[in-house]
Amino acid sequence: MTLELSGRNLKKGFNRRVIFERISFSLKPRQTLLITGPNGSGKSTLIKIISGVLTPTDGQVVAQRSESTAVPQMHSIIGLVSPYLQMYDEFSPRENLQFALSVRNMKSSFHSVSPLLEKLQLKGRLDDPVKTFSSGMKQRVKYAFALIHQPPILILDEPMANLDADGIELVKELMHEQLHEGLLVVATNDITDVDRHDQQVTLGI
Amino acid sequence: MGYDRNIAKASLWQASVAIFLKDWKSELRTRYAISALVMFVVTTISIILFALGSEGASVSALSGMLWVAVFFAAMSGLSRTFVAEEERGTSMTLQLVASPTAVLFGKLMFNLVLVVCLNAFVVLLYSAFISEFVIRTYSIFVVTVLLGSIGFAAAATIIAAIIARANTKGTLYPVLAFPILLPLLLTVINGTRLATEGAFFEEALGEFNILVSYIVAVVAVSYILFDYIWKD
Repeated sequence: MTLELSGRNLKKGFNRRVIFERISFSLKPRQTLLITGPNGSGKSTLIKIISGVLTPTDGQVVAQRSESTAVPQMHSIIGLVSPYLQMYDEFSPRENLQFALSVRNMKSSFHSVSPLLEKLQLKGRLDDPVKTFSSGMKQRVKYAFALIHQPPILILDEPMANLDADGIELVKELMHEQLHEGLLVVATNDITDVDRHDQQVTLGI
Repeated sequence: MGYDRNIAKASLWQASVAIFLKDWKSELRTRYAISALVMFVVTTISIILFALGSEGASVSALSGMLWVAVFFAAMSGLSRTFVAEEERGTSMTLQLVASPTAVLFGKLMFNLVLVVCLNAFVVLLYSAFISEFVIRTYSIFVVTVLLGSIGFAAAATIIAAIIARANTKGTLYPVLAFPILLPLLLTVINGTRLATEGAFFEEALGEFNILVSYIVAVVAVSYILFDYIWKD
C-alpha cells in the first residue's frame, strides 16, 4: 500500500495576525518534506496542522492511499515527535506504549516492538515512571510512542532536541528506515538534521 | 512494514474503553479527583449536620440538600478528566492516538463511574447520619439516582472539555455548570422527594421522562460539538 500526503494552499492566522499562507506540498512514498524557518515563523504550527491536531484557517491537508478513495483517520497513520508533545509522566514507558497500542486496538502486538525498544535503549527502564527520566530519555520514549504502530507518515519537529551523539545517530537511522516505504516530514532550524529532502517549505516572519 | 495490518481501525468502543482505563489507572495513582470528591462530600454533610443541629428538617429540604452535596462535590472533581490533560500537556498526545468521539465517550465513562461512586458515598453518609432521611419507595430512588448520575456525568464532561483551556477554570466550571444542570437538579430533587414520601412508581414517570430527555439531549449536543471543542 502506498500513501500520499498533500497540503493545499494552507493558511493559518491567529486573530488578525497571519502566521503563514499559500503553503502547498505533495509527498509520495519514500519522500521527505523539510520545513525550515527562523523562530516564530510557524514551523510548529504547520507541523500541528499536518498532524491533524490544529485546523488551518484556509486550505487542507489530505492523506490518501493511492489505491483507495477512502481518507484514513490521521491518528491512525501518523507518528509525531516534538518538544511540546508530552507523555503521561505518572506512567512507565511500557504503560504509555501499551495505551498507544490498546487505543488503536493493537494490544497483542506489544512483544513485536521489542527490537524498537532495544534500539531506543529503553528496555532497561521500561517500568520506571517517565517523570524520573532525563529530557533525552523522554525524547526516546516519544520516538517509541510515535513509531510503535509503524505509521506510514512520520512527523518530526526539532528531531534532535535533547539527544546525545548516540541518540542523534539513532534518529538518523530511524529516519532512513522510515523512508523504506513511508513518508517523512521534518521541521528544523538545522538543515544538517536531514541527509536529503525532496521538498522544502521555507517559512519567514 | 505491512501498513494494511498495522493501520488498525480500533472500534469506537475499544478506543473509549482504553481511554477510560488509562484515566482510571492515572486516577488511582494520583487520586486528584477522588480526594477532592471525598473531602467535599464529608465537608458538606458535616456543615448540613451542624446547621440542622437537633432540629429536624422537612423531607423536601433534605432531598434538596442531598443534591446540593452531590452538586458541589461534583464541581470539585469532575473537571479533572480534561483539566488534567491540559495541565500535563497531554491533550495533544490524546489527539494523536484517538478520534475525538472515542475521547468524549472514554471521558464520559470515567466521569460516570466517578459520579456513581460519589452518589453511593453521599447516600450512605446521608442515611447514616440524618435519621429523618428515610427512603420509602426504593425503586423511584434507585432510578432517580441512576438517571441523575448519567445526566450529571454527561453534562459535567462536555462542560469540563469547554473550560479546560480557559485561564479561570476553577471559577468557570460551577458558573457554567449551574444553568446547564439546573433542569436536572430540579428533576432529581423532585424524584428524591417522591421516593421519601412513599409515592407509587408511576407517579415518578414524568420525572424519569425528563431525565431521559435531558440525557439524550446533552449526549447528542456533546457528540456534535466535541470535534470543535477538542481540536482548536
